Amino acid sequence: MARTDSRGKRRKRLAGDQDEIITLQDVTKVYTTGAPALSNVNLHIKKGEFVFIVGDSGSGKSTMIKLLLRELVPSSGSINVMGYDLTRIRHRKIPKFRRNLGIVFQDFRLLKDRNVYENVAFAQRIVQVPSKEIKRNVPSILATVGLAGKYKAKPRQLSGGEQQRVAIARALVNRPSILLADEPTGNLDPKNSWEIMKLLEQINENGTTVLVVTHNREIVNAMQKRVVTMKKGVIVSDEEKGGYIDED
Amino acid sequence: MRISTFFYTIKQGFVNIFRNKWFSLASIATIGACLFLFGMFYSVLANFQNIVKTAQEGVSVTVFFDEGISQEKIEEIGALIDKRPEVSKKVFISADEAWNSFKDEYLGEYADGFTENPLADSASYEIYLNDVSMQPALVTYLEGVEGIRLVNRSEVTAATLTGVNALVAYISLGIIVILFAVSIFLISNTVTIGISVRKEEISIMKYIGATDFFVRSPFVIEGMLIGVIGALIPTGIIYVLYNKVIAYIVERFASLSKLLSFLPVETIFSTLFPVSIAMGVGIGFLGSIITVRKHLRV
Repeated sequence: MARTDSRGKRRKRLAGDQDEIITLQDVTKVYTTGAPALSNVNLHIKKGEFVFIVGDSGSGKSTMIKLLLRELVPSSGSINVMGYDLTRIRHRKIPKFRRNLGIVFQDFRLLKDRNVYENVAFAQRIVQVPSKEIKRNVPSILATVGLAGKYKAKPRQLSGGEQQRVAIARALVNRPSILLADEPTGNLDPKNSWEIMKLLEQINENGTTVLVVTHNREIVNAMQKRVVTMKKGVIVSDEEKGGYIDED
Repeated sequence: MRISTFFYTIKQGFVNIFRNKWFSLASIATIGACLFLFGMFYSVLANFQNIVKTAQEGVSVTVFFDEGISQEKIEEIGALIDKRPEVSKKVFISADEAWNSFKDEYLGEYADGFTENPLADSASYEIYLNDVSMQPALVTYLEGVEGIRLVNRSEVTAATLTGVNALVAYISLGIIVILFAVSIFLISNTVTIGISVRKEEISIMKYIGATDFFVRSPFVIEGMLIGVIGALIPTGIIYVLYNKVIAYIVERFASLSKLLSFLPVETIFSTLFPVSIAMGVGIGFLGSIITVRKHLRV
């Protein structure tokens, strides 16, 4: 185990030297039926960036997220995340890779039968953090997301915004290098959406690379971050301080 | 693995049972029902075999000797009989013993009229067999031995018992096949329910970066626990019922009591209990492994 650890670190350092944390090179993904979900996509994201990925349904955003999580493998091209070559990574190495990512979903995906504390602690148990440290880390991260008082609540007792905060706390507790958020505000009202986005921005300011897939025009336009726009499996625009491009 | 992770995994296995109460109950009921059927048939068959075996043990071949044979020669023949693989034991009955038992049984006080032993040439060996089906072979052999005048056997009993034995074997095999098919069906159904309950949970764990082992372990422990509980309940019920049913049969069919020799519950359980627990754990283990495996490829 120790050997793979050190190798993993070496890989990370290598990626750090290049300052690029996510690289998609000529990535095409074809499902068994229909047109390609992604065609020849090239994307380079540097450490510490905050990037919006926008586009309609069918534009290929979800496919891209799945590729970055190594849930899918590209049909051609290469994907490198934090020094891991995702086209070649072995099945048993995937868990270790994913521990460097924090993931937030539109539907929160909390373990419904466990309370807030256990949901967040779960991420730490997976990486075998000693119980003592878990007891220290979890309350602190819950305080960061503004849920210090609700650690005993079950997910169904929380509002959508609160559930998403729990999901963010879970994604952050292991101090990932990258936070991937797939439509994090999709199920939230405008007020909660803004609060979640501010939280993500704050996380980014602390050094985490943040990638947000979203439909939320208002937020994208207001936040003035890098915006990658996708349409029918192709990146149609990639702008620093961009805005939401309206469909024709 | 850290000690805290190990205990966490064990604890999660226990907690999982309560988290999905209905699923756990359904699984326990399924395994319990299968093992209850198994236990019942095992008890019936074991007793049936015991009854047949007891009956077989009572079947004997009797050999009588030539007139005026010497005691030495009789012992020689005895040694020959002992060497035969079919023989489980032999009893020597002297002429006097034969006469005494005949007198007691049939003549009573009228026997006083006899001054000599009318059965002077009726010394015999009563030979008991390991297996009734071996009787013809032994009889053929004995008839060829010098000094033996007559071989008495019970052809009909032996043939019937051999037939019953074969029938019991076929019935056992048939019931085991049916039970096996029913169990597979019930268990695969339960596993399918299990998959729908676990699907989301497993995928969340995998997204967060849990290894297959970490995801699987609590489920496997849970499955094995369910298996143990699912085995303990039916064996407990059978344990309680067994003596009651036997007592009822003995009372109801008192006239057959010589024929019906039942095994004590301890004898049945010395096999049934470990086999049921092993089957319960095995079913739980396999069921959980299969349930989880399908969703680990995320």
